[in-house]
Formats: sequence, C-alpha cells, structure tokens
Amino acid sequence: MRDLTYYRDLIFVLTQKEIKVRYKNTVLGYFWSITNPLAFAFVFYIAFKIILRIQMEDYALFLIAGLFPWQWFANSINASPVVLLGNASLIKKVNFPRNIIPFAMVLQDMIHFVLSIPVIVLFMLIYHKTPSLSWIYGIPLLLFIQFLMTYGLCLIVSSANLFFRDIARFTDIFMTLLFYFTPIIYPETMIPKEYSWVYFAPASALMISWRNLFLNGSLDLNALAISFGYSLLSLVAGYMVFRRLSRKFAEVL
Amino acid sequence: MSEPAILLENVSKQYPLYHQISGGLKHFLFNLPESLRAVRNSQFEVLADISFEVRRGETFGIIGKNGSGKSTTLGLIAGVLTPTKGRVVTNGRISPLLELGGGFHHELTGRENIILSGVLLGLRRAEVLLKMEEIIEFTDIGDFIDQPIRVYSSGMLARLGFSMVATLDPEILLIDEILAVGDLNFQQKCMDRMMAFKKSGVTMVFVSHRMEDVLKMCDRVAWIEDHRIMCQGSAKEVVERYLEADRDQRAAISKQQSSESH
Repeated sequence: MRDLTYYRDLIFVLTQKEIKVRYKNTVLGYFWSITNPLAFAFVFYIAFKIILRIQMEDYALFLIAGLFPWQWFANSINASPVVLLGNASLIKKVNFPRNIIPFAMVLQDMIHFVLSIPVIVLFMLIYHKTPSLSWIYGIPLLLFIQFLMTYGLCLIVSSANLFFRDIARFTDIFMTLLFYFTPIIYPETMIPKEYSWVYFAPASALMISWRNLFLNGSLDLNALAISFGYSLLSLVAGYMVFRRLSRKFAEVL
Repeated sequence: MSEPAILLENVSKQYPLYHQISGGLKHFLFNLPESLRAVRNSQFEVLADISFEVRRGETFGIIGKNGSGKSTTLGLIAGVLTPTKGRVVTNGRISPLLELGGGFHHELTGRENIILSGVLLGLRRAEVLLKMEEIIEFTDIGDFIDQPIRVYSSGMLARLGFSMVATLDPEILLIDEILAVGDLNFQQKCMDRMMAFKKSGVTMVFVSHRMEDVLKMCDRVAWIEDHRIMCQGSAKEVVERYLEADRDQRAAISKQQSSESH
C-alpha cells in the first residue's frame, strides 16, 4: 500500500491543499510571491544605492537575483512553526507519514519561486543581460540543494514548536539575523577579512550560487559543495528530530 | 482461523502532562531542573493493560463513560497514538471516523476534502475521483459541497464524514459516536449502510452511548471503566451488566441525595 504512487498522490494532494489554504486563489498567490521580494528590493535599493550610495553596477538586479531565492527559504522557515498546528485535524485522526506535511509546504514555496524566475529574467532583459544555457542544469541542482536544506530545517522547527509553542518567536529573530549575515544585499567581496566567517553562514554559499547563476551563468564548485554539505546536515538532523518527536504529535496537538 | 483484524495485547497508554512546557521554550530553559523533573514524573494513565482481539468481519463495540479511554483506544487502533506498553496489531486498511470533521481541513470545500481525506486513507487519487459523484450523492447536502467546510453545520460534517468512509470500501471501520448528530433520516441511512457492511464482512469497531444501537450492531462488546476493561463478551451480556451497574449507581446517588435532604 505504501508504494510510490501513494506518496505521489499524497504529495500532490497536500501541496495543492497548501496552495489553496494559503492563498485561497492561485493567481493572487502568485502575485504575492512576487510582490514581497520586489518590495524588499525597492526598499534596499533606496537605502543602499540612493542614500548610502553603494558602489555597484546594476544593484537592483543584484538585489532581485538574491532576494527571490531567499524569499522561498524565509517563507518556508517562517511558516514552519504553524504548519503542523494548521493540520492538527488531519494528524489527530489519520495515520499517514507526517513528514509529507512539511514536505508539501516547502514544495509549494518552491513552486512559487520557480514561477517567479520569469520576473528575474525580465529584470535581466531590462539590464541588457540574457539567461545562459547553464541554467538548464544549474537551476534544478540548486533547487534540489535548497529544497533539502529548507525541508530539513522545517522538520526541526515544525515538530519542536508542538512541544514549545514559542519557537516562532525564536525563528523570527533567527531568520532576521541570518538574512543580514547572508550576502544578499551586499556582495561577498565586500565582507572584511576578519568577518570572512559570514561566507560560511548556513545559507550564504547557496544564495551566492543562485545569484552567480542568474547573473553570469556560472556555478562555483566550492560554493556548491558547502551548500550541499549544509543541506545534508540539515536533512539528517531534521529527519532524526522529526522521527523521534512525530510519535507524540497526536498527544500534544 | 485466519489472523485477527485487530489485536491489542496488554496495552497501556500514559500521557505525560504537558503543562510544564506550555509556558514555552523560554520558560522551560529558565526553570530547567524543575522542568526536567516535571517531565519525568507527571504521567497520566489513560489505559492500563488492555487486551482484546477483533476477528475479521466482526463488529466489536466499546462502551463506557466519558473519559474512560474509549477514544484513546480508537486512536491506538488507528495508529495515530503509540502505546506506552504492549502492542497493537492491525491487518487491513483502516478508515477512521473519529468524532466530527476528523481528517478534514476546514478551509477546503467538501469536494476538496473528499479527495484529501480519501488519499490520506490510502486510496489513489484517481479512485477517489471515480467515486466522487457517488459520495456527493450520499451526503445529500446539495450546493454546500462546494463551500469550505468551516461553514458546515455539525450534521453536515457528519454526513460528509460518513459518506466518505461509506463509499470507499473500508476494510476496518472505526466509528466514534458519529451518528449522534445526524438527523433521524440520515441516522437511518447510516445504520442501513453499516448493516450492509456487516453483511459484506467489513470489520468494525463501534463506540457509542446508545445501547440499542450497540445491541443491534455488535457481536461482542468490551466495557471500559476507569482505564481498564471491566468485562468483555457477547453484546447482550456486557450491555446488560453495564446497564445494571448504571442503574445501581443512579439508585445509590438518588438515595444519597434523599438522605442528605432530610
């Protein structure tokens, strides 16, 4: 019974549900998933380019290429504390693999991100740049790495929040800190030597990879290796925590 | 004989009392030694050493007062809860019908919920789609099927829930007090359908406070009182003892009350 088609159907139905529940309407949902990172890009552009006068060409494009993938990551992690709570009526009644719920949520955010790539392309065209052929393998590869990383963290946060209901406050703070410690609104080349650890913050290498792939069509093997290492770490830790805690879900919901 | 559909062997279930962590992580960490002690010591026993077996094709009733552990027993059979001690074995696809709106998501429409809960119960999406019209017809709730279920009345939820499992060829059916909220017409429809299931050999576990239904439906019954099995046996026998004990208790209470008022 628990074969591949079962999982496929389960993932399909739950992802569809996530989309419907979160936005009630997919067209509007698409609009929101683009508006948010664009608004951030606008704010940072004003703050850094116009007011602080950062010395960078095409800064708006630079921002957008980093903010869109970050948006997926941040959306998923910030929604993690409530994803199991929001599905309490299912978890308490039916026995099915619980890890499918966070899986479907991260997948749903990933789909929104993929659908927003044309917006990045549009901005590239405005700045007289064109997509490169390396996207064909680069995008799926980075999608895969980011999915694993996000999913692993989501497993930890979502299950821990059932036992400690104030986890959401900690993830808020954590994600804000992580955002500024990740080279998204500044290039990694501007990081002072004594702060080079910033490059090793969990999402840094991944976000830098996305940006380089979008802007130059290049993939750096070192950055890939670091991101993939973090992904595996996150997935293994997430799996272990989730497996331990998931038996008690129905008791604490 | 073939293996039983459901087997519970010396099953105990304890819940930790989670009040110590309801203060959140911050509270927990600031009061660490105290919190850890509380986690270890505060256990609440819901079921103690329960054993019974439900044979294939049998209808098994569980009766007892509120809070005696009936729903926990169903939760254990459904596999949503894990026993603290002992083991639970089930053979066959389980369709839980626990309480109202269980297995549904309140933001989705009736139609969307049918697909979701059908797939959660282990069916292919295509199979559910094939049966969709039949399910909708059985619910008999008209245009509400395309409304989000948060606007449903409790009777409509019960209709949706029962139609779901009734139409999807269950192998093991768990029924928890579902009939109490439907109107008479629908209750009759459900009873008819369950009788049909019984004839066709579906294994059923039936929790109810309505003894006439229990007598009509069940082959054997277990009476759970104070987290233990008080007695189990043929439906007639157990229900009689249960009603007798109930009468005695009520008589004792009224006697006490009348002596107090004098």
